[in-house]
Amino acid sequence: MAGNNQKKRKKSTKTYILSFALILGFWVVIEILGHMGLLSSKMLGLLIPICAYAIMAVSLNLVVGFLGELSLGHAAFMLAGATAGVVFYNGAGLNMPQIPRVIITLIIGAAAAGIFGVIVGVPVLRFSGDYLAIVTLAFCQILKNVLSTTYLGVDSKGIHLALDQSAFRLEPGAKPLIKGAQPISGINKISPDMMISFTVGIALLILTVTFVLNLMNSRAGRAITAIRDDEIAAKSIGINLTRYKLMAFISSAVFAGLAGVIYVLNLSTLDFKKYDYNLSINVLVMVVLGGMGNVPGSIIAAAVLTLLPELLRDFSQYRMFIYSIVLIVIMLFTQAPAFVQLRHRLMAMIRPKKSMPEETVEKADGSYFAAQADRKEDE
Amino acid sequence: MQFLGYLISGISLGSVYALIALGYTMVYGIAKMLNFAHGDVIMVGGYMVYFTFCSRGWHPLLAVLFAMAVCTLLGITIERVAYRPLRSAPSLAVLITAIGVSFLLQNSAMLLWKSDPKSFTSIISMDPISIAGGQLSIPAETIVTIVVSVIIMIVLLWFVNKTRIGHAMKAVSEDRGAAQLMGINVNGIISLTFAIGSSLAAVAGALLLSSYPTLVPTTGAMPGIKAFVAAVFGGIGSIPGAFLGGVLLGVIENLSKAYISTQLSDAIVFLVLIIVLLVKPTGLLGKKIAVKV
Repeated sequence: MAGNNQKKRKKSTKTYILSFALILGFWVVIEILGHMGLLSSKMLGLLIPICAYAIMAVSLNLVVGFLGELSLGHAAFMLAGATAGVVFYNGAGLNMPQIPRVIITLIIGAAAAGIFGVIVGVPVLRFSGDYLAIVTLAFCQILKNVLSTTYLGVDSKGIHLALDQSAFRLEPGAKPLIKGAQPISGINKISPDMMISFTVGIALLILTVTFVLNLMNSRAGRAITAIRDDEIAAKSIGINLTRYKLMAFISSAVFAGLAGVIYVLNLSTLDFKKYDYNLSINVLVMVVLGGMGNVPGSIIAAAVLTLLPELLRDFSQYRMFIYSIVLIVIMLFTQAPAFVQLRHRLMAMIRPKKSMPEETVEKADGSYFAAQADRKEDE
Repeated sequence: MQFLGYLISGISLGSVYALIALGYTMVYGIAKMLNFAHGDVIMVGGYMVYFTFCSRGWHPLLAVLFAMAVCTLLGITIERVAYRPLRSAPSLAVLITAIGVSFLLQNSAMLLWKSDPKSFTSIISMDPISIAGGQLSIPAETIVTIVVSVIIMIVLLWFVNKTRIGHAMKAVSEDRGAAQLMGINVNGIISLTFAIGSSLAAVAGALLLSSYPTLVPTTGAMPGIKAFVAAVFGGIGSIPGAFLGGVLLGVIENLSKAYISTQLSDAIVFLVLIIVLLVKPTGLLGKKIAVKV
């Protein structure tokens, strides 16, 4: 038991080191390249999206990988955070100094996403499986749709809010903050220097990863994974299902809100239409390709999948075509039992030469089938 | 009278959703997977009808049959190549693969047929029918869509409940392992399910585009999602449920477009879905399955 425990502790330490080495390594490489002027403007423009998607993927991993529930509405929290943040950024925060302005914007974005997470989470977590997936998708569509018909502005008479253009009148000179389906454009960047914005993005990513890893190695985290592994057993030993499910769901929403704020401040425009189920699916793909419950994996997958379409820009016509084929092939090779078996057999053929005992190979195969049998029984 | 008009066109739109939802719900019932690429099969069906009927002037019935054949083949191929190897893999892996197939279909269409919108000519060349002394004129497409969907639904119910193969399908959906032990060819049944679902998608595509005549590679995406919602709404896995869910969804969407707000109609549809699921978590006609401990 003691040995097992130590092994476990080792594994979590390894995850910490790997995650932070990955993020800091990326930051150092980009800083060096940036100061040498070796980064194209296109590449510079991708830095924040990589950070934002990595935060999205790590936070979605909390729900999909650790809690084991499929959410198709993660974009909604990003949108909630981005919208609330931008309304403050362009409204009350307009004349503030830049540093507190950005910090307050981030806090407001995170808080708004968290509140939306509570609104969505309380009804949604009564469901499970495909029903939960469809309800999260529904909430995402509702938020996007309602925001697209919202008109918001401030003038000397106070705040004006309407769901209809004809009911929305501002005094001349006052600037509307949300103009229905029209994208909000001309949002100031965090800083004119891309490297500073990038450092902010990296700092937020580190914050997210630290929170998620600490949560997962705590009592609460073990309760969350227990719920994933067997809900009924978890309930029977007295774990409060609603509490821990909500905890995972809301934390995930808060970080998605942060990602939304930096993403939008970098892009300078906020187009509600873009935050639909396709975006949620893209993030989900990152989580699954990176490995469920694997934090460094999510970060790598987010970076690769954000860069891949850009690297394929030369074949612009074919890039999404190639992307879709790559996606299918990766899923088949990593998940299909026939391929997994083939991989085990190939490994077994290579390994014995390196004096690997035959027993271990058999055991690997055996445990694989045992896992499969377990899964069959679950069905 | 105006209300009746909105109601009828809502039922017609809902019948199209129902046809697509039937494909979702049958595949879910039998293969236990969400086939996200189903919406894009509609789009392929639409293009097939466009190239045969609109461009080359085939007989509409022949064009639809051709599209059904192509989509059937496509459905079987997708299942064989992308889904069958993952039969015992985690359901999320299958879902992601289905999303990959959906992207693949959309982007292949974009490469093959370009992304410029094609304007579709209605496959139904009958005059509008006026009722109540000319106060209300209903396009023939609306009537044909409703009639065709009802016929398909009845045939499908008969097929599943009265034929030997239908019983085999029900057996596979109840317990795949036991069905295999009884000598049922499970792979064959799953292929057949995909074939039926995809051919219905082709019909749905032709009918949808006759009423809403803009064809682009992403045409199938939104109706696909709505039909998925309809299937869940009616209770996923249930054939009458998919039909009821589809029709209700179409009616709610059309009436809220007419009386509340065009832009908010989608939000209202999804809100109704959430409320229905909160009250009845298995959907309108879904079966409650007790969890074995």
